[in-house]
Amino acid sequence: MIRNIVLAGLAATALVFGPTAAEAGRDLDAIKARGTIRCGVQGPSNPGFGVPNAQGVWGGFNVEICRAIAITIFNDPSKVEFVPVTTQSRFPALTNGEVDVLSNNTTWTLTRDTGVNRFNFPAIVFYDGQAIMVPRRLNVTSARALNGATVCVQPGTTTELNLADYFRQNNMTFRPVVIEALDELRRAYDQGRCDVFTNDFAALAAQRTLLANPRDHVILPERISKEPLGPTIRQGDEELTNIVAWTVFALIDAEEFGITQANVDQIAGSATDPRIRRLLGVEPGMGTAIGAANDQYARTIIKAFGNYGEIFERHLGVNTPLGLERGQNAIWTKGGLLYAPPAR
Amino acid sequence: MSTIETPPAARTAFWNDPVKRGLALQAALLAFVVLVVWAAWSNMSANMVARGLTFGWDYLSRPANFAVGEGLIPFAPTDSYGRALVVGLLNTLRIAVVGIVLATLLGVAIGVMRLSSNPLLARLVAGYVEVVRNTPLLLQLFLWYAIINTLPGPRQALPLGPGMYLSNRGMKVPWVEWSHVLWPVVWAFVAGIVAAVIAARALKRRREATGDAPPTLPIAVALVVVPPFLALAVQGFPATISVPVLQGFNFTGGIELSPEFVALLLGLVLYTAAFIAEIVRGGIVAVSKGQWEAARALGLPSPRIMRLVILPQALRVIIPPLTSQYLNLTKNSSLAVAIGYPDLVHVSNTTMNQTGRAVEVILVFALVYLTISLLTSGFMNWYNGRVAIRER
Repeated sequence: MIRNIVLAGLAATALVFGPTAAEAGRDLDAIKARGTIRCGVQGPSNPGFGVPNAQGVWGGFNVEICRAIAITIFNDPSKVEFVPVTTQSRFPALTNGEVDVLSNNTTWTLTRDTGVNRFNFPAIVFYDGQAIMVPRRLNVTSARALNGATVCVQPGTTTELNLADYFRQNNMTFRPVVIEALDELRRAYDQGRCDVFTNDFAALAAQRTLLANPRDHVILPERISKEPLGPTIRQGDEELTNIVAWTVFALIDAEEFGITQANVDQIAGSATDPRIRRLLGVEPGMGTAIGAANDQYARTIIKAFGNYGEIFERHLGVNTPLGLERGQNAIWTKGGLLYAPPAR
Repeated sequence: MSTIETPPAARTAFWNDPVKRGLALQAALLAFVVLVVWAAWSNMSANMVARGLTFGWDYLSRPANFAVGEGLIPFAPTDSYGRALVVGLLNTLRIAVVGIVLATLLGVAIGVMRLSSNPLLARLVAGYVEVVRNTPLLLQLFLWYAIINTLPGPRQALPLGPGMYLSNRGMKVPWVEWSHVLWPVVWAFVAGIVAAVIAARALKRRREATGDAPPTLPIAVALVVVPPFLALAVQGFPATISVPVLQGFNFTGGIELSPEFVALLLGLVLYTAAFIAEIVRGGIVAVSKGQWEAARALGLPSPRIMRLVILPQALRVIIPPLTSQYLNLTKNSSLAVAIGYPDLVHVSNTTMNQTGRAVEVILVFALVYLTISLLTSGFMNWYNGRVAIRER
């Protein structure tokens, strides 16, 4: 809110008074010169995706994606500064250079990719869809029964736009309650200010864990939009684009080949499959090709965090408070949408 | 013929001539300001080009695709960003105007109460002023919003009176459904106000001339109330009243005061009133004691002393700082974003986010706030000139 105005103001001020930007490769050069990558995460916290612990150390699905990128660039997962951003402040923060990459469930859309924002979405890390949560006592079973409802929604999101589209499409009306701070918005829903709460499904599941009585709330079956989520960077730096993309691809490929945190060293020692040997850097060349600090960047990442599936299960999976099924986020060989180009 | 030689006008260097020096300094300052603005503008253009951004206002006419919670004019997601910004602006003006009126009334009342000879009352309001003045407004807004949200839901709404309900969806009251047959009523109302003003002036002149005091207030009220009533009666009371009814998730019909509006209004009014109270108290204390004593010697009762003798003199001291408070209230209303009241800043933020036009949007809302503030202080300066003591 206030921070957001300040940030937006800063973004505008930076445009007015700041130095003029340089040529391609600039973002990666700046990150290397600084010695850390600045990663924008949903603030103050988003359970499962990015949460600071009691010592202030960030953990979570999106956080480990950033740490994996840090391994690729610096060969060191600790060289990340996490910057909490809101849905409103994230784009000014990225445009302005306050963060180098957003890892906060930002949806890849045409206008964000091309329009005045000019961002790049190197890879998708989570396939989501917008969902609607209602208190169980309302006995609502379908989103189509929500005519006249008051809806809690975050501003500046695709969610806000999809909501208006969905109600319009189904000839229903609604009243939005639009609060930027996720904690305030959730409190308003929990207190009954809104009938329903809408967000991406995974984010709703995360917010549900923070309600007074999570069991009293159900997420309706409809998915009213496609929300491909992934790390977001400024357009114009091909080298950084490659690094982010191939960091994510390494995690996905590793799961496809059954390479885990536990067996990665053993597989690297004994693998005969040339695809695996190239991915892990046993046959050299792939890491240096993408500009990684270490040719065996994929092996280091898997050793630190495991493959995509392991990261998912640790923070979002069925054994976590979020309890998400893999669903669309399974590897393509298991009926999901995760499909990475080959490392060769 | 001897003349006194006037010494040739000493050619003083221009920097020793105060007039020329002043002009030169002003020119230099102007040049500096122009230079800074030009540098900022060209640098911004260069930065925007480097980032592939363009500067333009075409986004204002594109459909917004998001909904706005409340507004004085109807708004649908298919309407344009420009209209969304107007809805936000009207919401800002609504909270500012209502807030300024209520904060002034409450502030004056509290300021006077703090000077009361009743120690309980004086201490009570002193406590209020100190607590409210010394805690952050944002915190107070969160507090009011949280309190309002603990009200029961619409299905268990508290009935306040016939057709009036209070719930965590706000307060619903019956309202006249608008139709063209109501225009004569509106005109009758306006005519009534004009008549009341004219009558009040005539009565005042008469009182000053003859000394007898006609009942000004009842006459004025009657002049305002009776014509609209007659206009309704002549048409056989055609207006329909829309009464709030619980339907589905919420009440439909009537008008509502949303929790966000009420929380923001409460917060701004109570906060600003505390400052105004201190300004009023200061103004009253600044009027010399002799004025009180002289008025009492004339046999005026206390309320009249306050109204006729003290306040008019105190106003000179009160108006300038009061203007600052009005400006503060208007600008503080932008804290609305924190509790989700769709004011100008709230809508601007969303617009900025969805369009990426940070520079243009910030320019718009900076200019709008500047305009509102300049208009307010212009009006208050004019009013201050009117109430200022005329030295003779």
